[in-house]
Amino acid sequence: MASVPGQDQGFRERRQSSDHEGFLAHKRFRWLKIAGAVCLIAILGYFWSDVTPHPNGGSWYGYTLGTIGAVLIVWLALLGIRKRNMTEGRWSLKAWTSAHVYLGLALIVIGTLHTGFQFGWNVHTLAYGLMMVVILSGIYGISVYASLPAALSNNSREMTRKEMVEALAAIDRQLHSAAQPLNREEADLVIAALDQDTFGWGLGARLLARYRGCTTTTALAHFASDWSRPVGSDDPRDKVRALLGKRKTQLDQIRRHMRIKALLEVWLYIHIPATIALLAALTAHIVSVFFYW
Amino acid sequence: MPEQYRVAVIGSGPAGLSAAARAAKVGMTHILIEKTDHLSDTIFKYQKGKHVMATPSNLVLRSDLDFDAGKREFILDTWDEQVAAGKINVRLNAEVTAISGTTGKFVIEIKGGEPIHAEAVVMGIGTQGNPNKLRCPGADLPLIQYQLDDPGEYFDEHITVVGSGDAGIENALGLAADPKQNNIVTILNRGSDFARAKAANVTLLEEAEAAGRIIVRRETSPAEVRADELVLDTRDGQETIPCNRIIARTGSQPPRGFVEACGIEFTGGDRGAFPKLSPSFETTKQGIHVIGALAGYPLIKHCMNQGYDVIEFLNGNLDLKPADEPILAQKFDALPGVRSVDQWLETFRANVVILQDLSPLQMRELMLDSTVSGYEAGEEIFERNDPGSSMFGIAEGSVLVEVNPDDPSVTVSIEQGSIFGEVGLISGRRRGSTIRAAEPTIVIELSRTAALKLIATTPSAARAVNAISIERQLLQMFGSGLMRDDVAELVAAAEVVDVRAGKVVIEEGADDKDVYVIRRGSMIVEKQIGGAPVFLSYLPAGTYFGEMAVVDGSARTATVKAAIKSEVVRFPGEAFVRLLARKPALREKAMAEMASRREINSFIESRKDSFGSVVDMYSETARFLIDNGIGEATDVLLIDEKLCVGCDNCEKACADSHEGLSRLDREAGRTYAHLHVPTSCRHCEHPHCMADCPPNAIKRGPDGEVFIDDTCIGCGNCQRNCPYGVIRMDAAPPPKPSLLSWLLFGKGPGPGEASYSWRKHEAAKRGMETGKSAIKCDMCSGIEGGPACVRACPTGAAIRVSPEKFLTFTKLAEDVE
Repeated sequence: MASVPGQDQGFRERRQSSDHEGFLAHKRFRWLKIAGAVCLIAILGYFWSDVTPHPNGGSWYGYTLGTIGAVLIVWLALLGIRKRNMTEGRWSLKAWTSAHVYLGLALIVIGTLHTGFQFGWNVHTLAYGLMMVVILSGIYGISVYASLPAALSNNSREMTRKEMVEALAAIDRQLHSAAQPLNREEADLVIAALDQDTFGWGLGARLLARYRGCTTTTALAHFASDWSRPVGSDDPRDKVRALLGKRKTQLDQIRRHMRIKALLEVWLYIHIPATIALLAALTAHIVSVFFYW
Repeated sequence: MPEQYRVAVIGSGPAGLSAAARAAKVGMTHILIEKTDHLSDTIFKYQKGKHVMATPSNLVLRSDLDFDAGKREFILDTWDEQVAAGKINVRLNAEVTAISGTTGKFVIEIKGGEPIHAEAVVMGIGTQGNPNKLRCPGADLPLIQYQLDDPGEYFDEHITVVGSGDAGIENALGLAADPKQNNIVTILNRGSDFARAKAANVTLLEEAEAAGRIIVRRETSPAEVRADELVLDTRDGQETIPCNRIIARTGSQPPRGFVEACGIEFTGGDRGAFPKLSPSFETTKQGIHVIGALAGYPLIKHCMNQGYDVIEFLNGNLDLKPADEPILAQKFDALPGVRSVDQWLETFRANVVILQDLSPLQMRELMLDSTVSGYEAGEEIFERNDPGSSMFGIAEGSVLVEVNPDDPSVTVSIEQGSIFGEVGLISGRRRGSTIRAAEPTIVIELSRTAALKLIATTPSAARAVNAISIERQLLQMFGSGLMRDDVAELVAAAEVVDVRAGKVVIEEGADDKDVYVIRRGSMIVEKQIGGAPVFLSYLPAGTYFGEMAVVDGSARTATVKAAIKSEVVRFPGEAFVRLLARKPALREKAMAEMASRREINSFIESRKDSFGSVVDMYSETARFLIDNGIGEATDVLLIDEKLCVGCDNCEKACADSHEGLSRLDREAGRTYAHLHVPTSCRHCEHPHCMADCPPNAIKRGPDGEVFIDDTCIGCGNCQRNCPYGVIRMDAAPPPKPSLLSWLLFGKGPGPGEASYSWRKHEAAKRGMETGKSAIKCDMCSGIEGGPACVRACPTGAAIRVSPEKFLTFTKLAEDVE
């Protein structure tokens, strides 16, 4: 039917590398393969080196794994800087994330083999424990990054955060004027719903989407129980009910948005502080090992 | 006998003011006539505190008034002072309704006043025109105003806004914004919906109506204006409402009608045409001169220089060289041989076909926007795949086009007087071939805007460019060693057809036999499969289609319709078949392309049965993307919302890679099937933003990116013209403390765009004061590694795509699966 002119897209391709792949599948799982190979070599080496009397971190193989592990930990922690330091150059944060994920997971094998399965109540095991906390929180992070974005997009229905809040404010203005003819008691219910701070809830409420004492729900329950008038009547109470229903729907969207965002971010509040603690414990671990050489 | 002035200057903008100032200085009897009650209304109407730029910076200002970049208020005050000090004879509140008479005895009719008599007239009335008046009794009453400067200055009034456009809605919203002002605001709409206004404005208005802040009256128009009352024609009869103030925003009348009524001819019939002018700014009506924006010079400095020059000419100083003389002399310096500026201008005008109808004045203006260069034989002028949107004219010598990229020895000659590079001008894409000088050659390179203006205002130039560009496009598209003679039959029969978005060019099942070439815009190909249209492919500019039915002698196998407003060239199918019969190589090529097309079609058709939902999804996604402007994009940012975690690192990276302001809004924009089109530049094939940029600051860069350079004067035209809302007006923020000092000591606002308050506070602290200028995505040109938004995405959700690569079945189907 038609011919497309042959155009040299090569330059643009090279420049933008717009391959449509997520961070997990980056370059056909390049970093999964590398991390897998590293783990395999570490395990084989563990048995091949046959340290006597039993494997430990002080053997030549233990030092090798320890050095690799320490370098990896420092490098993995640098993702935080890389992400924020927008320098020029042919790097992509997606590749960094991909490597961060798979090499971070490989650290389970490298770190554990480095211990030689010797644990105790000391700074060495503390460092190991912190490392595992960081990795486990990271695994949670990977799982939510893989599963939640679609839900976030579905919930937003093309509305930005600002638009959601503005839509709520618009409903509130209408509710405010519609509630004018109500009696004192019912007006108080509406005022309570309007006065409640949308964002004044704790982390627990956000994460679980459980908003006990939500005054909009209370007010809606009051008006919704009254079906004495025909549907679509001009009674102010019916108008208020309809508006309260709209308010609840809008509030639910905002709350779902906050819940998903909280689930996507909450792990970072463990991952990052634990990383800082890990770096401190790691320093103590290395210094003490060399001090008692 | 009333007083007779030597010159009457109409309009007190920069051009008129400067003319009157010169007249006063040289002692010429003069009068400056201004419609409003203040000088320079256009600049007066700028928002308060606006920074006015003085471009082009290399042009010397030649005027008795001072002007330099600065605040609106400062500039207006300076002029007011100098007008008073220079004893310039000004008449304010005088609207000219007609000009009659001839040189030496013009009569200028003033609305509601005595006519003014003058020997010569200088018109500097700009292009804004007059607001449309209400057409009902009482339309002259003082309660009607046509502009609203500050909605905050009215209290306790019944105010009626007439007009359903954006201006009317914005005024009504502004007046009703603060309930404390206690205004009762009504807006009238003759129709039943607000079709002319932006969707966002209509939403706000409807919300204000629902909240009872504004009374919206539909299908209502004013019937009579009375003191403090307005009679309305409504659907159900007449009604009278209290009304203390009427804001009429019913559009404006361009000044062309008035100008033509004075007996002045224009260069052409379309909107971009200007009055025909002599080198001394005289129109076709002897004795009347036109300067400034109306003459086609929208920049303040140009206008002021012309005001000075026109009075000098009237004063008999015919040897006066225009202020641009040194700039032109510098341009011509680089050329071989010693000729004067006038000689060079004449050489170019006489030798280059498309310039032949230009006046010396137009030649000068064209030259300011153009460059001239000389080339030795064999020297390269541009290379295949170079970016470039300019057009060249050969003034002396000739050039060779290397038509075969694999064999530079295959060339086609272009002779003296002709043009080349016009394909880049029309399609905005890269150069199709390398071009070298065949002998010592002198060329003029016209910038895209200069060339477009030339085509729009000079019919002969338009015809010449059209014929040449069709011929060239055919030669380039078909390749295969075709010569000009081979396509002559097609070119002669060619017809350029404008196609609006969504219009069907070829209908599936029809048996017409024309072949089409897309000159600008793009097309989509659809086929009815199982009762629903299925998207088959996307065709960018520079593609031909419709040959299948001609060659096979069959009915049309698919529907082709315009994705966006496009321009196609139609050829009779028989001529195309004859061309194929004459050229076996071309026939073979066409056959091979048709075979691959059939293969894809049948592949999609077969998939429809087994994977119907995938094909539907693919069709819907393709349609969604085209609805969102991807059809005219060359490079667009998309976000896969199955991967996006909403970290906004793309926005932060964008701000940090540029001057500290983000050029994209990730959250805003449309989404379909988790594919999100954020508010970010699409780098359109034919950028809407370029349409009306006074300093010509918007350009297409080396990678196809559309960018704004630092000659931006902050007028905001591009922001208004962009249908996708991707341009923002803002001042460059102060530099931030380094990342390390933020990480370690918490100094500064951290990565990403700083908050407005931080920027404002910090700028005030440092005493920075810069005007707002337009900023938009430049695809991170000049930044190694490419677009920061894509590089900074941690999950791979942000991708940049070009439509011809992305809108294909394999690409989209793999994404929806």
